[in-house]
Amino acid sequence: MGRYLTRRLLQFIPVFFGATLLIFVMVWAIPGDPIAALAGDRVLPDSVREQIRDRYNLDDPLLVQYGKYMGGVFQGDFGDDFRGRPVTDLLAQRLPITVRLALLAFGFEVVLGIIAGILAGVRKGGFIDNLVLVSTLVVIAIPIFVLGFMAQLLLGVRFGWFPVSGVQRGLHGYLLPAMVLGSVSLAYIARLTRTSLIENLRADYVRTATAKGLSRRRVVGIHTFRNSMIPVVTFLAIDLGSLMGGAIITETVFNIPGLGRAVFEGVQRQEGTVVVGIVTFLVVVYMVANLLVDVLYAVLDPRIRYE
Amino acid sequence: MSDRDRERLPTNLPAPVAIPPEPAGLEPAVGREGSLYADAWRQLRRRPMFIVSGILIVILALMAVWPGLFTRADPRLCDLADSLLRPSRLHWFGTDVQGCDYYARTIWGARVSITIGVLVTAASTLIALVLGSIAGYYGGIVDTVIARITDIWFAIPTILGGIVILRSIFSTRGLLQVSLVLIVLGWPTMLRLVRSSVMATKEMDYVDSARALGVRNFRIIRRHIMPNAVAPVIVYATITVGVIISAEAALSFLGVGLQLPAISWGLMISVAQNRILTAPHLLLFPGLFLSVTVFSFILMGDALRDALDPRLR
Amino acid sequence: MAAILARDTVGGRPVDPAAPLLVVEDLRVEFRIDAGTVRAVNGLSYALNRRETVAILGESGSGKSVGAQAVMGIIDSPPGFVTGGSVRFRGVELLGLPEAERRRVRGNRIAMIFQDALTALNPVFSVGWQIAEMFRIHRGLPRKEALEKAVELMERVKIPSARERAGSYPHEFSGGMRQRVMIAMALSLDPEILIADEPTTALDVTVQAQIMSLLAELQQQTGMGLILITHDLGVVAEVADQVVVMYAGREVEKGPSLPVYHRPAHPYTMGLMDSLPRRDVHTERLRPIKGSPPDLLAIPAGCPFRPRCPFAREACSREEPPLAAVSPDRVSACHFWEEVSRERAGA
Repeated sequence: MGRYLTRRLLQFIPVFFGATLLIFVMVWAIPGDPIAALAGDRVLPDSVREQIRDRYNLDDPLLVQYGKYMGGVFQGDFGDDFRGRPVTDLLAQRLPITVRLALLAFGFEVVLGIIAGILAGVRKGGFIDNLVLVSTLVVIAIPIFVLGFMAQLLLGVRFGWFPVSGVQRGLHGYLLPAMVLGSVSLAYIARLTRTSLIENLRADYVRTATAKGLSRRRVVGIHTFRNSMIPVVTFLAIDLGSLMGGAIITETVFNIPGLGRAVFEGVQRQEGTVVVGIVTFLVVVYMVANLLVDVLYAVLDPRIRYE
Repeated sequence: MSDRDRERLPTNLPAPVAIPPEPAGLEPAVGREGSLYADAWRQLRRRPMFIVSGILIVILALMAVWPGLFTRADPRLCDLADSLLRPSRLHWFGTDVQGCDYYARTIWGARVSITIGVLVTAASTLIALVLGSIAGYYGGIVDTVIARITDIWFAIPTILGGIVILRSIFSTRGLLQVSLVLIVLGWPTMLRLVRSSVMATKEMDYVDSARALGVRNFRIIRRHIMPNAVAPVIVYATITVGVIISAEAALSFLGVGLQLPAISWGLMISVAQNRILTAPHLLLFPGLFLSVTVFSFILMGDALRDALDPRLR
Repeated sequence: MAAILARDTVGGRPVDPAAPLLVVEDLRVEFRIDAGTVRAVNGLSYALNRRETVAILGESGSGKSVGAQAVMGIIDSPPGFVTGGSVRFRGVELLGLPEAERRRVRGNRIAMIFQDALTALNPVFSVGWQIAEMFRIHRGLPRKEALEKAVELMERVKIPSARERAGSYPHEFSGGMRQRVMIAMALSLDPEILIADEPTTALDVTVQAQIMSLLAELQQQTGMGLILITHDLGVVAEVADQVVVMYAGREVEKGPSLPVYHRPAHPYTMGLMDSLPRRDVHTERLRPIKGSPPDLLAIPAGCPFRPRCPFAREACSREEPPLAAVSPDRVSACHFWEEVSRERAGA
């Protein structure tokens, strides 16, 4: 296990620096004037430009720039907006909201997704199976913002079950956006669980377990469950990334003042440095989460530990 | 991360197609591959999933190539006086803020979506096929390098990466720019699939026998590995078209994709969002068309997968 | 959970002390699939007594595994259905017992081991856990005690360093060791019958011998009946008291193993014996049985072996041969068994 962990860690490091470098390069190293590109249509006074040049070390060679930037990142400095306010402030303010939203969505999609997948898989070809297959397909197909608006219209306005925007009314305001955010992933999780379960139900060890005189409930619930969950757990790692992207859209649709909306606002107001800062932060979080899932995967599947 | 490639992919992807060992490596694999694909075609023809999605895709393709077939109105001919009209016999889908015929705009929106979808998928697949086969077949250092590079790409979620690139690099964002960005963001996933498919096919006995008979590597790849490894790629490529269309719409919706005066469903929806209550038709029609389009490609992908994966039969 | 179940009842019914351990009579199993109905088992009958080893011999598709699974009651249904016959364990009819009762017999009194221990064992649980599970579920023992018992069993099947290895996973063992784990698991509750479905096919020859001698030893110790399903003629000769040769879902020859070997009374058995490469007889070429096994979706009328039989006559395509008595303890399903057995008179 230790060897596996060390290897993962060693693989993580070049990827970490590679990805952050990539983002950095895309923003600061493109031909033309990066400051102008970041500022968009805005015309910046020279003093501001000077400040920016200084702040981001634009006169240094590229790798030094990057080095200083990453140095800043490790100290929690993700850049400032055009008025000099650090992005970190924005992160501190908005992050908790997005985390709440993401956790709710995650919980929703994992619990419902796995249950739906199991119900569909144990009775393959049955009514629930077909229901799950069709509904997940529909949910995957409808783009998340369309889904969001429809949910707003139907459940928020028409039926009045949920508030349509903002989170002033506490947890209640998070529910609908969390469900929308988690919906596509729920569909994938349900399908993946179903397929994995079906495959495992055909496995030889199921026959052995049955021959041991174990009840069907135990064979499915304990023996196949753990094996079936392995690919699902792997998926959850990638899912975090899509959750982040989806959060941007969902927070925009439902007007939730989270990190995702901050990215959107940054785009709208043409605050390029804010956008880059938040994205860098999110990417780092994503990579670390992936690493953690790799560890979890080894815990679940003992065969992996010896690779 | 290399070994879990296939499990990492979200949709249920088929195993590489397993064709029983071929005795001689000298004959082209055409005979065998013909029977698999011919078999699949026979199966497909009967399935409702395939027929329905096939019809939808044909209609959408027609819409993209020949919008004039569906509407004679000019989507850019707008009369402010007609702003925000409800659907009626004159304007089937109503009009938008500027008074343009919404039906025409919706139909014309198909062109952008389908074009980007097909273009991006084709390009990503091509890159992935070339690089992926090399990585999968030769293994070793080449494979490790390519794998690390794709890992870096994977570390950046699509929408986030799209926002950054599109915002920073391009001041004008037309079809080409958006497509380029989506290709750049999309090829790693396809590559992973090709690579693992090739790696699995490479292990098959008939490849060993071809090699033992002295067939050169390039020929082995082309004649024996490709036809079999390609099946899951076909499935995934079809689904990817749908995913890309959805991604473009999302980016346009967020304001980092196509810009006006381009006609994109995502853009139309983004404009519509402030008026959902007063003019829901602005949201409804592009939303519907977008959903149906993505749905047909994903459904088609599912149908292809069921037909091409012998394990599921 | 109750302590060790009384062994004089099965499914709540009293056992018949005079009855053989297991009597399978005219067993029929079908698989209903899209393409039609596969008649996997077509009237199989045999009996097993205490301390006895019955070998069920046949090619792939002969129905030998399905027959055993029907005895265990683990056939996937759908698409499989037991459509006829009887399986009597110590005189008590198993088919038709409620599932809960059958489950009490399964693993507990009739146990089964399978061919490939790597896929037959659950890869994500340790071997100790899997063996101990028998005690936890069937006997209600607490976790620690169950694990102790598991270690004892592992020692009994001669797995070295059993205590340390109880926490290891199946993929960490060699093929032979894995098979011992399966045997340990199967024997944990002292079953009266052990069904071994091709237990050594996936193993090296030397390991095969070890496993077979282990099984023989354990059988001696416990007095259990052993049903050995195999296609390996050599193994059968070594260990079996009775042999049941199966073809197309039913037995075509049945009797004590050595006489059947030396003087087969059925063309199929004869073909099997002849196909063995032998050290003492000098031959230029191997002699396989020509043709291939029948399509179980459409078994031809008359004798199912006719297409491949060197002795085939007209009668063979008209009438399915009944089981004729070759001697008091042997039967053969061939119209012309006398002719067949005369072929070997000199051997």
